Amino acid sequence: MSLKRPSKEQPENFEFNSASLEAAKTIVVKYPEGKQQSAVMALLYIAQKQNSNWIPLAAMKYIGKFLDMPYIKVYEVATFYSMYNLAPVGKYFIQVCTTTPCMIRGAYKLVEACKEKISKNENELSKDKNCSWMEVECLGACVNAPMLQINDDYYEDLDKDKTLKILDKILTDQTIKPGSYRGRLNTEPENNRKTLMDIKNA
Amino acid sequence: MLKDQDRIFKNLYNDNGSDLESSKQRGDWTNTKELLQKGREWIINEVKSSELRGRGGAGFPTGLKWSFAPKDVGSRPHYLVINADESEPGTCKDRDILRFEPHKLIEGCLIASYAVNAHVCYIYIRGEYFIDGQKLQVAIDEAYKKNLIGKNALGIGWDLDIHIHYGAGAYICGEETALLESIEGNKGQPRLKPPFPALIGLYGCPTIINNVETIAVIPTILRRGGKWFASLGKAKNTGTKIFCISGNVNNPCNVEEEMSIPLKDLIEIHAGGVIGGWDNLQAVIPGGSSMPLLPKKICETLTMDFDSLIAEKSGLGTAGVVVINKDQDIIKCMARIARFYKHESCGQCTPCREGTGWMWRMLERMAIGEASRDEVEMLGDVTNQIAGHTICAFGEGSSWPVQGLLRHFKKEIEKRNNFNPTFEADKGIPYLVDQHLLNKKDA
Repeated sequence: MSLKRPSKEQPENFEFNSASLEAAKTIVVKYPEGKQQSAVMALLYIAQKQNSNWIPLAAMKYIGKFLDMPYIKVYEVATFYSMYNLAPVGKYFIQVCTTTPCMIRGAYKLVEACKEKISKNENELSKDKNCSWMEVECLGACVNAPMLQINDDYYEDLDKDKTLKILDKILTDQTIKPGSYRGRLNTEPENNRKTLMDIKNA
Repeated sequence: MLKDQDRIFKNLYNDNGSDLESSKQRGDWTNTKELLQKGREWIINEVKSSELRGRGGAGFPTGLKWSFAPKDVGSRPHYLVINADESEPGTCKDRDILRFEPHKLIEGCLIASYAVNAHVCYIYIRGEYFIDGQKLQVAIDEAYKKNLIGKNALGIGWDLDIHIHYGAGAYICGEETALLESIEGNKGQPRLKPPFPALIGLYGCPTIINNVETIAVIPTILRRGGKWFASLGKAKNTGTKIFCISGNVNNPCNVEEEMSIPLKDLIEIHAGGVIGGWDNLQAVIPGGSSMPLLPKKICETLTMDFDSLIAEKSGLGTAGVVVINKDQDIIKCMARIARFYKHESCGQCTPCREGTGWMWRMLERMAIGEASRDEVEMLGDVTNQIAGHTICAFGEGSSWPVQGLLRHFKKEIEKRNNFNPTFEADKGIPYLVDQHLLNKKDA
């Protein structure tokens, strides 16, 4: 299990804004009547998105009331799953996969790049408070290793230089293109494709 | 090599788009209505005759699983749940189906839910695949609009709603009962089985849970016939399978191939060979990180299917092939996998919660030669105390890779960790933390 620590500085109140409220209502109707608790995971995501990428305790209390479930059960869910951030992570949250398939293709070079550009330690905000990074377990893009995720997007087939360039752009608020950084098409074997050639050339 | 016309996932690399129009050109949704009108019995029998085994790791026969659902709907509704919580290190096949072949999955959902009497289907996607889930959502919306799903789907009088439920970064939710707990809004901790989900599953109702790839191949099986699917591969290990070849190969890739393809062909033909040549191969993890690794000697002749791999004391799992060459430190590689399991243990059963951390710490020390020679045996002992002593298969999944390492690379570990922790005079003491005190007379 991962170590989860709620931030020491907590806002006193939290409420869904109108967009979040709308989103929350469309989620709740997906589940049978009386089983609205199922929506807790989705609602935590909505709160996280609204509150610049992290979930304050007040939001958990709010969601508990919203779904008619005890606060402690919301807290339990928020601390169990690793993708809920309980402390500020910055506008750009960078997750570097370092599990074995990525590791043997040089994932720790990407970690070095993050250390140089963002902050010395993981889970630590950069100087401008805009950015933080952490090592995570398998992100499920193993044939495009090594890779990292920035907010929702995957950046694949990286090396240290490419990562440094990506981070430079991120830190200056430029848009970057997700996907493979070796120019190959998704998960096809680079320059070695032997299947479905008719479709490729059609 | 499998002929292109026998490939099911023709858009695996997204050469021509995942929208409904392009999917229809590839043959999706062509005669779904006629297939459904042949009835439940026919569908289940056809799946049984195809000998399709679940693609999520355990390899349970799909037709048989479907037949466990109660024949008639009683007071409780039935549910179909699709497991897209793909988190096994080395595996990234379901992601390509979600983003590039979503209509195969949706069509499969309609057929499967019709076969098991379900009106509601939940697709549980891991939270990290948010973008890919959004692509699937676009396809679901398209299907609703064209009345392929929804009220009176395809005009056959069957209602089906498909909902996406995102996970939030817990590997354990790939275990089917943990997944159900997660949908219900709880921590993802597995339930004791029996009762099996087919009778008591989501919200206490009969629930059939299948992997994405399993469901996505169903429409093609029905269209071309169970016999066609069974003619590929070998008996009881039939059909095609998406293999993910990652690690130290020249061209890591996903590729759909016939079951029982030799591992060497997979690596040499599709993945461009091992970095540094075949002789530089050290070991291969054949089916995602839970499956014990196999040394080069076995890899020479190995064929990739469920039964051949079980014979080698490993398993096909999710068919995520991780190639490790001689430039890597094999103990370090396994220590990193042990760290993965330590991180992902749900904490419910003591042997797993404590044991995974124990294995990780021991392996980290063994990688740098700081373990004593007695600890090599102790490590094996720890794995045996986890496997088979937990509620779910995570216990096996976490200890098998370590057992595989001990089975094939024990000499390597012993070579590096050979110091004697006890004083010569006190050979009887197996392990004593305060050894240094024995030396001091006044201690």
